[in-house]
Order: sequence, then C-alpha cells, then structure tokens
Amino acid sequence: MTADILLQTLASGVLIGLIYALVAIGLTMIFGVMDIVNFAHGEFLMLGMYASFWLFALFALDPMLTLPLTVLMLFAFGVLLYKFIIRRIIDAPMLSQIFTTFGLMILLRGVAQFLWKPDFRSIENSWVSGSVKVLGIQLGQPQLVAGLGAVAVTMLVHAFLTRTKLGAALEATAADKEAAKLMGIDSHRMFALAWGIGAACAGAAGVLLATFFPIFPEVGANFILLAFVVVNLGGFGSVTGAFWAGILVGVIEVMGGLLLGPQYKLAIVLVLFLAVLMFRPQGLMGKA
Amino acid sequence: MMTNPLKKGRALPAVGGLVALAAVLLPVVTHSPSHLNLAILVLMTAQLGVAWNLLGGYAGQVSLGHVAFYGIGSYTSTLLLLNFGLNPWLGMLAGGLLAALLSLGFGWSCFRLKGHYFAMATIAVAEIVQIVFTNWEYAGAAVGLTIPMDQRGWGAMVFADKAPYYWLALGLLALTLGATWAVERSHIGYYLRAIKDEPDAARSVGVNISRYKQIALSLSAFFTAMGGSLYAQKELYIDPGSVLTTALSIKMALVSILGGVGTLFGPVVGSVVLTTIEEVTRATFGGTGRGTDTIVYAALIVGIAVFYPSGLIGWFREWRQRRQAQQAGTGKPAKNVDEKVDEKAEVAA
Repeated sequence: MTADILLQTLASGVLIGLIYALVAIGLTMIFGVMDIVNFAHGEFLMLGMYASFWLFALFALDPMLTLPLTVLMLFAFGVLLYKFIIRRIIDAPMLSQIFTTFGLMILLRGVAQFLWKPDFRSIENSWVSGSVKVLGIQLGQPQLVAGLGAVAVTMLVHAFLTRTKLGAALEATAADKEAAKLMGIDSHRMFALAWGIGAACAGAAGVLLATFFPIFPEVGANFILLAFVVVNLGGFGSVTGAFWAGILVGVIEVMGGLLLGPQYKLAIVLVLFLAVLMFRPQGLMGKA
Repeated sequence: MMTNPLKKGRALPAVGGLVALAAVLLPVVTHSPSHLNLAILVLMTAQLGVAWNLLGGYAGQVSLGHVAFYGIGSYTSTLLLLNFGLNPWLGMLAGGLLAALLSLGFGWSCFRLKGHYFAMATIAVAEIVQIVFTNWEYAGAAVGLTIPMDQRGWGAMVFADKAPYYWLALGLLALTLGATWAVERSHIGYYLRAIKDEPDAARSVGVNISRYKQIALSLSAFFTAMGGSLYAQKELYIDPGSVLTTALSIKMALVSILGGVGTLFGPVVGSVVLTTIEEVTRATFGGTGRGTDTIVYAALIVGIAVFYPSGLIGWFREWRQRRQAQQAGTGKPAKNVDEKVDEKAEVAA
C-alpha cells in the first residue's frame, strides 16, 4: 500500500464524514431538545435528493443553485411534521415514540416509491462534475464541493446556535426544558424549530450528495445507522461533537474498507460504536 | 339473565377455550392454502411477539435487534441438518440453546445501557450479525441455504401440505405462551415488573436487576430462535435477507405494542390484526409494484403509536372499566382517562 492511496482514502473519508456529520447534526439537535430519536431522519435526506433531482430534470436548474430552495422546503416539512404528528407524542412512552418515527420512515419511503418508482436515478453533468487535484491528491469535484458545503452549513447552524437569541433559546430548551419555559420560552415553538433545522440539515446533505450518489426511495437507510453512531460518539445533543465524530466515522469507514474489504466497513464502524457505548455510554466527546 | 353461565369473570375463560378449540380445528375446516398460509403467518408472528414481549414487555427492555436470535435459530438448525444430518427437532432445540447462550454476550454488552441507547445498540448487534452471515461462505453467504425435500413427515419436519406446519406453529405458540404464563406467575415475573416500573426501588430492596433482565433475555432469545428454526423448515430456504432483516425485529415489537405490551395475549391479538391487514393489503395493492401496501402498513403503525399507545388490550380494559363504572352508577369515565394520562406523564418524566 503506497502513501498515495492512503492519503487519497483518508481524504475521501474526511469528505464523506462531513456529510455524515451534517446528517447527524439534525438528529442530535432533535434528540437534545426533546429526547426523541428520529428514525425517519434519513428520509429527510432522501426528500432533499429527490427535490434537487426534479428541479434539475424538469427545469434544468442545477442542484447547487436550488440548494437554498430545497433547504427551505425541508425546513417547512420538518415543522409541519412536528405540528401534525410529533407534537402528539411528546409525553407518550418511549416505545410509542420509537414506533411513530419508525412508521414515518417506512411511510415516507413508501410514498417516495409510489410517486417516483423504485428506480435508481442520478443527476448527470451538473456544474460540479469531473475531478480536481488538490495538494497532489486526486479528488472528485462533487465530493469536494459536498464536503465543503457540509462544512459551510454546519458553521451556519453553529453560528445560529451561539450568536442569535433564537439559537440561545433553543440551546436553553435543550439544557433544561422547565427552566426555559419559566423564562418565557415557548417550548412547542422550539421543538418545531429543532425539527425544521434538523430536516433542513439532512435535506442539505441530500442535495450535496445528489450530484454523485444514486437517488432512490430507500437511500436514507445507508445513512441513518451511521448517523446514530455519529450522534452517540459525539454525545447526544452536541452539535460540535457530531461534527468531529462524523469525520472520525467517515475516516474509520473508508480505512476499515481498505484494510478488510468494503463489505465489512459498516460492521467495523458498528463494532467500534458498541465498544464506545460500553465503556463511555455518554459518547467519546459527551460529558459524563 | 340471572342464570347466564357466561357471566362476568367466567366469560373470558369460556371464550378463550372456544377460540383455542377453533384454532386447533381450523385446518380441518378450511382447505384453502391461502387461508391456511395466512393463519400460519399469524401464528408464527404471534409466537415471535410473545417471545419478544418477555424482554420488551415484562422487563421493559426495548430490543430492536431480536432478529439476530431468529437468524441464529434458523441457521443453526439448517446448518446442523445439511452438514451433520441432525434431526430438525434437535436442531431447533440446539438453535434455541445457542441463542440463549449468545444472549449472555448480548446482555453483557447492552444491559448497562438505558432507553434509546439500549434500543440502538441492539440494532447495531443485529446489523453486525447480518453482515457476518452475508459474507460467511460456510453459511451460504448472500445466496442462502436450501433444505432438501427428500425426507418428509413428522420426523423430518418437512411436509408437502400446509396443515402440519399450522399445527407446529400453533404448538410452538402454545409453548411460548405457557412459558410466559409461568414466568408471569413466578417470582421472576414479580421482580421483572418491579425492575420495569421502579428500578431504583427494586435495587434498594436487593433485587439483582441484571440477573433478572438476563433471565428474561435468555428465555426470549431461546423461543425467538425456535421460531427461526420453524421458519427454515417451513420455507425450506433461508438467506440473510429473509431471516436477518431489521423489518422482522420491528414486527416482533410492533405486534406486542399493537396488542398491548406486557400482557400475555397482547402479541397474539396484535398479530391477528397486523398480519391480516398486512397480507390483505399486500394481496390487494401489492401487484401494482408501487408500494401502496407499504404506505397502508406504515400509516397504520404511525396511527397506532400516536393514538393507541396502550394497545388494543389496554384499550379494551379501559373500555370495560368505563362500562363497569357506568353500570355501578358511579360512572365517571373522564376520571379514568385523566389517571391514564398522569401515569404516562410520570413514565415520560
């Protein structure tokens, strides 16, 4: 194995890890704010992919151009989902919560299959295609743009949480629901916001992926398990933790695939996940 | 009306006896293979639900990775049969015992986790098992294993018609129900309820929590694996896609939730309703190839989880309580509902 291949693999691991991080950020935010694990999170990503596919196929609008529009649509979708369904299960037993979001996952996949057929689709010749050489490493241009885009969106979310009043209110609700309520923060509004941002982040990841990843109704399944791992490693509810854990998982996945064969890369990540859960249940970066 | 033999407390056992008798005689009455096949599916899913319920319902540990035990059961009996000619009856027992043994590792690694963490860890374990079997040449890898039909009859547990499979599924369900009933009545059931409802109180009076959780898990794994072996003998073909799919883990939990978690017959009721709806929608809409059956099934899951969190049996009990309260003249149905909500809020808190 040459150093060249190693560097190449490392770079592609970091780039895909940035996408995992973006998917996981929404998941960790929803969990942090309201203690609900959203199994339907991968489906937000799927909807983001289809939105950019149809805008491209019907109106010849490039995914990079329609990114803001798609993100807005997903934000609205997340808020509506909260208002109509999730709101009803806030105080329900954990089992009902798991099955509500799990049912939503299957439902959204079913609806996508009904509307758009189970075929694999792809976006050909978008603005970002071909490859580029960076510091001697050959990188796919779509992958590079996706990774950088994921960093940009993550930084935006982070700035929103740390620099704005609304973001502070969201963080306060995550830290202590009751205390935040006493300070006059409407928790339903915060929950809806968390679902909106969560869906928007996953949708953005979908758009960024759409230029180089096949688009099909069950595409979310490839990401949800990894997103759980990232959320766990980063510590439930931690956005910065999810960012670093995402990169770590991406690198471990491609490195494991290189060493043991690509069919085992998910297994390697999951074994690591179980090991971390056992010895540090609060996650690698979570506080004890 | 005063001499009605089916009065109050005696009505349920009488109805239960009739249902059991009807269940045993069903293959004599109907010879339609499709009806019988549906009935077998209902029984097999119910059996898995009852087994899941031992851990998920009584001990309150929500496993979403039980398909790992199911797969271990089906692969163990099938591999022993194909490579050593071991009788499937013994293979089924071996599969159950191996699953119970492996559940020690499963429990050791997952029981220190709570709530969502536990559920996610169980999904991860099942995924790892699936990846291993998909790449393991000895176990047929992704191609799967086929059981030959050359030997038939009760000894070989291979039949050309459906009726014997029906009775096998019914027998296994009865066995699993019997074991659950015994657990429910014994001190184990008592401790499990304490662990589920008041873990701190249980620990403070000296209940060995992890030991009782492990007992529930091992029993649950044992019966789930037996269900897997029965599936292999019925289909005569297994592969990771059929016996190690997460969808099946979910279904085991789902029938319990629909019927009522932590109740003896809840998963059976749940399976009758859910499996029937699933098969009927598949037969009605499945041909379109556009996933209409999936949409109906998923909408149902969401509807149940949102509107009937205590399951059909819980709903039936509330309804009966309300009716009894009304008959006694002190009927305040609204009060019952309030209490229920309070309980839920406490659980969530």
